[in-house]
Amino acid sequence: MDRPLILNAEGVNKSFAGFKAITDLNFYLAEGELRTVIGPNGAGKTTFLDLITGRTKPDTGTITFGATTELIPLSEHEIVRLGVGRKFQTPTVYTDHTVFENLLLSLEGVRGVWRTLFSKTTSTDVDRIDEILKIINLGSRRTDLAGSLSHGQKQWLEIGMLLAQNSKLLLIDEPAAGMSDNETALTGELLLKLAGKHSIIVIEHDMVFVKQIATGRKVTVLHQGSVLCEGTVDAVQNNPQVIEVYLGRKKAA
Amino acid sequence: MTHSLLVRPIAKKEWAVTSVVAFFFVVLMPLMNSFGWISDFTINLWGKYLCYAMLAISVDLLWGYTGLLSLGQALFFSLGGYMMGMYLMRMIGDMGQYHKDMPDFLVFLGWEKLPTFWKPFSSFPFAMLMMLIVPGIVGYVFGWLAFRSRVRGVYFSILTQALTYGASLMFFRNDMLMGGNNGFTDFRFILGFDIRSPGTKRGLFIITAIVLSATYVGLRCLTRSRFGLVQQAVRDSENRVLFSGYSSPNFKLFIFVLSSIIGSIGGALYVPQVGIINPSEMTTEKSLEAVVWTAVGGRGTLIGPIVGAVSVNAMKSWATRAYPDLWLIILGGMFMLVVLFLPKGIVGIPGMVKGWLQSRKPPEEPDPLPLTKVADKAE
Repeated sequence: MDRPLILNAEGVNKSFAGFKAITDLNFYLAEGELRTVIGPNGAGKTTFLDLITGRTKPDTGTITFGATTELIPLSEHEIVRLGVGRKFQTPTVYTDHTVFENLLLSLEGVRGVWRTLFSKTTSTDVDRIDEILKIINLGSRRTDLAGSLSHGQKQWLEIGMLLAQNSKLLLIDEPAAGMSDNETALTGELLLKLAGKHSIIVIEHDMVFVKQIATGRKVTVLHQGSVLCEGTVDAVQNNPQVIEVYLGRKKAA
Repeated sequence: MTHSLLVRPIAKKEWAVTSVVAFFFVVLMPLMNSFGWISDFTINLWGKYLCYAMLAISVDLLWGYTGLLSLGQALFFSLGGYMMGMYLMRMIGDMGQYHKDMPDFLVFLGWEKLPTFWKPFSSFPFAMLMMLIVPGIVGYVFGWLAFRSRVRGVYFSILTQALTYGASLMFFRNDMLMGGNNGFTDFRFILGFDIRSPGTKRGLFIITAIVLSATYVGLRCLTRSRFGLVQQAVRDSENRVLFSGYSSPNFKLFIFVLSSIIGSIGGALYVPQVGIINPSEMTTEKSLEAVVWTAVGGRGTLIGPIVGAVSVNAMKSWATRAYPDLWLIILGGMFMLVVLFLPKGIVGIPGMVKGWLQSRKPPEEPDPLPLTKVADKAE
């Protein structure tokens, strides 16, 4: 691989009260790559994101961001400030704030208590927000409360918030869940537009959506907390092991 | 887009209305009192209400704006009261029952000399400094421990309740040297003025009104600044706040300390106006009452707690005389009514009526005489 790695997870283990959620996981992501992670329920997909973002700490293993930054000792907000942004499975936006305010609070920069007390909104801020509004297609909803947006629009706003905080690595958990077909397709286009400029990990179940965003790219299949296989969508879909874990068929004798 | 500290600007009209209301309390009411149009009793009563409003604002800053239901705000109110009370006790001088230059209860407990920690409280500036610092430190230590360990929701409420309960047990003890269950009373002078004279009471009322107005304006700006937006974001989606790179515990700690201090200032103004402070002021019930005022007035607004504190207490003044046995039932009933039917409290009523009127109107053809139609149907 030519491009340098942005995320490098090696030998990661995590168990909860005896249940092994992640077992010897090795995962490598190159800068600018858009990687889709699939896997049956309980495969450890969301736990993996929790580990990257510092929400839970692994029992053993290393997770390195960029060339040298070790993520495990850092707290959640420190990891975010390094440039790791996470979109939750259910849209998580500030419902009582306007779309504009949601993005303003996400803009990179002001984070400390004292600085928020005395921070002014500059015209650079406003320009950046308008630019993001154009990317996520919410320009017309600028002054509306985020709570009044549709489910899909909330998801886009949340992606916009990650862009505002200038995340280098976007972790996107089931963006298509609960969306209409049309919204799903638009979300796919949005993610494809962002790939290259950002490194992205998408966790998804919806295979139509996976095909849309992962064609010509690498897909990772997780199973019981470790990587089962990696490859193109077609290769992965035809892999007998993958078919087995998804459909639960017994191995032919 | 203006380059202002306020993300949500405040309209000129609102400033005008605020100034008029503040002018009424700070200037007009005391003037009417000096002309004899408002009795000294009434001005003193309203002085107390405005102190309660400070307490209610401190509750709402936590509960309505940050989603932290603190049941311990009465503690901070009382701490402020005690700090002021220590100064007032020193100002009695040797005019107490035992004619010694120290508080009567200390003489009664067998103290020959004033305990060391009491000495600096003869100075008013020192007492006022302590009034800000002591609750600030208590709030900081408690908040730091609670927010670092991610204590949230109902667990936070229970802990604050335990905090104030524990403190009241401590203050009930005589060996705390804070007057035990009798607390402090029989005050005589404040800054050389006779504390019982109508002029002093009027002065205290004016100061309370000024402090409350300043607190209101300050918090109005704070809650509309970027800080305020983060604060309300913590309430609505703390996970997102964390994952936007903010340290939400620091924000909660700041607000908790600020609320402690606001409550404390309210208590410090309250004690010279009522003339007594004792540990029953810091019980959980007192904190709960302040929560009810806030809910009744309208939480998540700044005007709500003021309206709630004044109206519920005005009602209490009336009901405890007219129906002394029923007051707690009335209070409880009021709280339930608000929770069930008025989620936004008294200040939310105009908005509810507006929404209700709009929902009655079909969007295209407004019904000209809805009442006659209902009457027709009934027949």
